[in-house]
Amino acid sequence: MYEFSFMGCIEIKELLGKKADDEMQLLEFIEEVPADSIYYHTHSCFLRHYYIAGTYTNDFANWVAIQVRDRVLGEKLASVTPSGNKNIDDVRFELIDIIDRHISSIETVPSVSYGQPFFFMQSEIIEIPTGITANNLAEFKNALEIVDASAIYNHIFEAKLRDNRGRSDFAIWIEEVLNMKELAEKIEVIDSYMYSLEGLRKRLLDICSGRI
Amino acid sequence: MVATSNNISLQNYREVTPPGTIDLLYKLAERLKGRSILHVNSTKVGGGVAEMLHRFIPLFTEVGIKVSWQILQGSPLFYQTTKSFHNALQGQQQTVTPEMYEEYLKVNKKNSSEMSFDSDVVVIHDPQPAALIAKKQKKSKWLWRCHIDISKPQRKVWNFLREYIAGYDGAIFSLPSFAQKLSLPQFLVYPSIDPLSDKNRDLTGEEVRSVIEKYGIPADKPMILQVSRFDRFKDPVGVIEAYRMVKKYNDCCLVLAGGGATDDPESVLVLDAVKEASLRDKDIFILDLPPDSNIIINALQRAAKVVLQKSTREGFGLTVAEAMWKGKPVIGGAAGGIIVQIIYGETGFTVNSVEGCAYRIRYLLNNPEHFAQMGQKAKEYTRRNFLITRHLCDYLALMLKMLGI
Repeated sequence: MYEFSFMGCIEIKELLGKKADDEMQLLEFIEEVPADSIYYHTHSCFLRHYYIAGTYTNDFANWVAIQVRDRVLGEKLASVTPSGNKNIDDVRFELIDIIDRHISSIETVPSVSYGQPFFFMQSEIIEIPTGITANNLAEFKNALEIVDASAIYNHIFEAKLRDNRGRSDFAIWIEEVLNMKELAEKIEVIDSYMYSLEGLRKRLLDICSGRI
Repeated sequence: MVATSNNISLQNYREVTPPGTIDLLYKLAERLKGRSILHVNSTKVGGGVAEMLHRFIPLFTEVGIKVSWQILQGSPLFYQTTKSFHNALQGQQQTVTPEMYEEYLKVNKKNSSEMSFDSDVVVIHDPQPAALIAKKQKKSKWLWRCHIDISKPQRKVWNFLREYIAGYDGAIFSLPSFAQKLSLPQFLVYPSIDPLSDKNRDLTGEEVRSVIEKYGIPADKPMILQVSRFDRFKDPVGVIEAYRMVKKYNDCCLVLAGGGATDDPESVLVLDAVKEASLRDKDIFILDLPPDSNIIINALQRAAKVVLQKSTREGFGLTVAEAMWKGKPVIGGAAGGIIVQIIYGETGFTVNSVEGCAYRIRYLLNNPEHFAQMGQKAKEYTRRNFLITRHLCDYLALMLKMLGI
């Protein structure tokens, strides 16, 4: 039996010095940037917007929809979120495929006329122990209510994708340690890309309290 | 070594930061126990960097990091040169003579022989001390912190400086658009406001009222406010035009509060243009404030109904975060850091024209419920992203990364 240690996180943002002014350049850079950049632009908005879900939870989709004013491609890109066994390179290929097909279907490549270019970045996460632990479900719920929201991000998004555990740390611990497979499954199937971190906190608490 | 005095403890920030933030800071700093950081800039007082360091340095100490701050000492020609560098890096055409380049290097060399760089991490702020890199020791990590917009620099000056910047272990910029083609890691760290400073701390109703009365601003009309230097890129004349459009539908008053007109000839011209544009309107108030008017600005931002930052060009534009911290959604020009701070329709509105600005002012004046919701979101967004505690956190995280801990 091991206790659950909530780990918060801090993000170091690195600029790659690459910018796209049109959708073709966006495509070309998506092909070549490191996986950490694809991850940053499809996940980091959760850390920026704890309370507010933006237009989309994906920087590529937001840029295309708002700055390039190509709402069709924006909607298509926004639909790309990892699920099942997808890793970051799968996400990259899906983005490339969508942009490629979109550009092939129109005569002129849409570009930024009045808006801002897209600046590629990547991030690195530094984990920090919050000092908050849980040994059973009651303690887990209490901890969830007070823990820094970055810990929720870390144990759900980072665990699944960047740390390649495939599932959230919460689901793994609840199944393996508390032996509550059904609860773990309910947590695992949350469509986490549709919530802000505070929204996710509430959803998790509702599930753990049996309200859902 | 610069001494700082600040009676505010990190514990005081618990009341204004998200739960867990301060504990997280201490936990992060634990990993840096015994490590040291040195900040070097070119002035002890005046300017945003010095103001920030005065408040920052005690916080580093409080979390257990050995911190020191040294000031570069220059000559009149040196400061004239670095002023030209500053303008050239921000895109203005400047003439920098060979004598000026020589003086820049001479001052840096002299200072480097008098300063001690015996710290684990050395942060050099802005171009003035950038050539101190010549004294870099292998065991320490050097970061160049660029606070200005160098997205479109004058090439000759940037090429000169780049030779020195290339020797650093990393560079820090305030916006992605400021990044340059460099063969070293470039990090993004947003600037911040201090929620406990005079410019941002809570004020009593009486404190706010006294400022409004002092300037004869009518309390019974909704106030539209822009706080900024009298600079054409802040578009104060455009603000007056937007106000006039609004005034046809909603009775209101306009306050343009700023400074910088005393020693800058261009500011004097802009201020004259603003005064001319506002002629004969008793509901327009132009306040040319001295630099230490922090409580006055705080009170105006709290009393305002709608806050504008209608810049056509902008660095980061922290006045936006200042107003958002006071629960005001902000209407801002789509420029520089304003687009990072204003999330359209959530924490305010970005606009691209006088008409757009007027339309959004009318919208906020007439939709008090949405105004209140947006104001609340603006405050929370600022709490998470633009407070000094997050800034400190970023520096500690960068120390960890640079030192490979």
